[in-house]
Amino acid sequence: MAEEYILECEGISKAFGGTQALKDVEFHLKKGEVHALLGENGAGKSTLMKCIIGLHKQDSGTITFEGKPYFVKDPADAIKKGISMIHQELNPEPHLSIAESIFLNREDTRGPFLNKKLTNAKTEKILEEFGFKEEATTLMEDLTLAEAQMVEIIRAVSCNARVIIMDEPTSSLDSEETERLFTTIRGLKEKGVAIIYISHRMEEIFEICDTVSIFRDGTYVGTRAMGEVSREDLISMMVGRKIGNVFPKTDCEIGDVVFRVEGLTGKGFTDISFEVHAGEILGFSGLVGSGRSETMRAIFGLDPLESGKLYLEGKEIKIKDPYEAVKLGIAMVNEDRKDFGLCLHRSIRENISLPNLSKHQKGLFLNQSRERREVEEVSKKLTVKAASIESEAYSLSGGNQQKVVLSKWIMANPKVLILDEPTRGVDVGAKSEIHALMCQFAAQGMAIIMISSELPEVMGMSDRLLIYHEGRINGEILREEILSGTVDQKVILEKEFGGK
Amino acid sequence: MTETKTKKNRKIFGMSQDVFMKKYGIAIILLAMIVFMCIASPTFRTSGNVISILQQISVNGVLALGMVFVITAGGIDLSIGSMLALTSVVIGVVFEYTSSIFVAAAVSVLMCGLFGLLNGVLIAKFNMFPFVVTLATQLVIRGTGYIISDGATKTLTNKNFRQIGLGKLFGVVPYSILIFLVMAVIAFVLLHMTKFGRHIYAVGGNINAARASGVKVFRTRVLSFVWMGVCAAVAGVILTSRINAAQPNIGEGYETDAIAACVIGGTSFAGGVSTIPGTMIGIVIIGVIYNGMNLLRVSSYWQTITKGVLIIGAVMLDMFLNKKKN
Repeated sequence: MAEEYILECEGISKAFGGTQALKDVEFHLKKGEVHALLGENGAGKSTLMKCIIGLHKQDSGTITFEGKPYFVKDPADAIKKGISMIHQELNPEPHLSIAESIFLNREDTRGPFLNKKLTNAKTEKILEEFGFKEEATTLMEDLTLAEAQMVEIIRAVSCNARVIIMDEPTSSLDSEETERLFTTIRGLKEKGVAIIYISHRMEEIFEICDTVSIFRDGTYVGTRAMGEVSREDLISMMVGRKIGNVFPKTDCEIGDVVFRVEGLTGKGFTDISFEVHAGEILGFSGLVGSGRSETMRAIFGLDPLESGKLYLEGKEIKIKDPYEAVKLGIAMVNEDRKDFGLCLHRSIRENISLPNLSKHQKGLFLNQSRERREVEEVSKKLTVKAASIESEAYSLSGGNQQKVVLSKWIMANPKVLILDEPTRGVDVGAKSEIHALMCQFAAQGMAIIMISSELPEVMGMSDRLLIYHEGRINGEILREEILSGTVDQKVILEKEFGGK
Repeated sequence: MTETKTKKNRKIFGMSQDVFMKKYGIAIILLAMIVFMCIASPTFRTSGNVISILQQISVNGVLALGMVFVITAGGIDLSIGSMLALTSVVIGVVFEYTSSIFVAAAVSVLMCGLFGLLNGVLIAKFNMFPFVVTLATQLVIRGTGYIISDGATKTLTNKNFRQIGLGKLFGVVPYSILIFLVMAVIAFVLLHMTKFGRHIYAVGGNINAARASGVKVFRTRVLSFVWMGVCAAVAGVILTSRINAAQPNIGEGYETDAIAACVIGGTSFAGGVSTIPGTMIGIVIIGVIYNGMNLLRVSSYWQTITKGVLIIGAVMLDMFLNKKKN
């Protein structure tokens, strides 16, 4: 039996300082399978992967690769031995061509000079094999994220990788790109490549994976064949408790129109009109790049608006910069938490009070004790987990960072709250907490706009759902239609692709 | 996460050991320097020498108190040396018409504040690099000083004005030190206790996030340069009083010491990280180096080298302490 496993980890433990990140963990990977790793953030998935690719060294335990003991110095060594990892945040050299990127550190030479012709020819051949339409000389910076990711995969395969680790490979892909990635993965499988697939997206795991291993708090919970488990089973294995309802949208009273836009046009969107009521969660679904985020950024004043009108509580408003939006009572949680959400090297307290400093002003100075009290209060309400509110933001997990971003806007008590991918890169537990908070805010009479690329999320959370296609609204769906089953994922996806 | 957990129990002044070292590691170095100097040179520990050190650092100190705002907001200002010279000649011109020290100081502050405004607007409005903009305005300001003074040095005759740089309150505490300390208190309040200070940190820490949080980024960046200009004018008044002359060629290289004080004091060049107490320690360290090496009869050439080595050492220490936390 043993020889059918390509990679075996036994009794792996790893501690950082006083914290045991991995406790006697096992993991078995078969040749040619797609093996999902599931677990909340901090469950130990990425620590285990880092031990496999040589970024960490385990304190104890053995790894066997292709039947032989496996010791690895660093990621370059792992690639040489046949294990490559595709990271969540791709870091391609933007000024290299596809060919240069694939053959980085393995350049063909003729004497002391580069033999670009040969490298390009070799690349063209590989690209053709993968059905990849770009030229070998195309620069990496001209590729979409999905294409750049594909180049990374092609590079791994061309290095003769027998095991490829994919960390959240679909987090920035739209449905179509995801489908293309899955086709590639199935192709790799046929060639006998084993894939370790790390993702928070349950639907994808059920679609593409054969086996799943579940981790919780640095321990190994178990491995199951995908066909034998349900979504509920997996969630309860991960968190150790059953979650009755994954998207607990509660019904609440929907009031008057709070915010209305008319004929908005800007870069990436045309003639957008909609309204959102007090207590309502208005969902926006669509493919990545369909213009949802662009619309919201323009409304919030981050990008310019070419034409169109905005009305807040019936009065026309103009927003040229975010500070005007904030002053009017419009808040926005950006999809890009690191770039537009947080000052990572400042404390939780300073991040949360940044848009709310006027509230803490006493004469010329800040009332820091009141500030501290109110920050404590809101971060407790939103269950931000940190040593103290003076901890720097970068030390927090993704879920907690997102709660800090939410906290600062909740403290501002906005009339309209725009949430762009509020649960991206957030673990399952924090995700359902954020959903519960959204319901709570809606119940308080806030008007909430939510963009999400996860269909089940946007379907489960919205009172009303607008579907974007290529910068225009292509359909509106009511919660009743989803609840009664007259509209399902297929209908929405079709509309996202431009169907009627 | 792990390290803070294990060391959580050991607290120094209510801070975990990591945080304490990060914040005050440099203070320990200063202390070590002082202890060393006290042993190496008996003159060092006399009260006369202590006052002389403080007097020497007052000009650079006031400049550094301005510079720390600019660097924290993600900028740099190379034009402050020229601002010192401009202040000097402006004072000379003002004293031709009136003997009022207040008017002289006010006009200087106004002029340097305006050039700070120019720096800030060019940088924040047109998104130009602070390094390049202030490298250029440095020449403009220096030239303006030469035109106003016609290139000539003029000895000042105002006796009261001399007191700013050389006089002492009750014959003990020099006025220049008092000015420096008052500026330090103002800087501390501005940076650590007001909305403006928070905005400085936010803009320097992550300009996009600051904007998306409703911070008026343009105004904040411009004001950081205006405050720098005001500090340069105050430092210029002290310097002019000390040399007792309106002189258009002074102030060259002063930006180096001001930047050095900030960096040694833990100000991150990436922006968003600094403290006024840290900067004060940086200022004193530079003063002690100059004073100490003079007492030990080290040549000024070696002093320059030492300062350079110390800046690199401080940056490396900062990186080491931050890396350990990651």
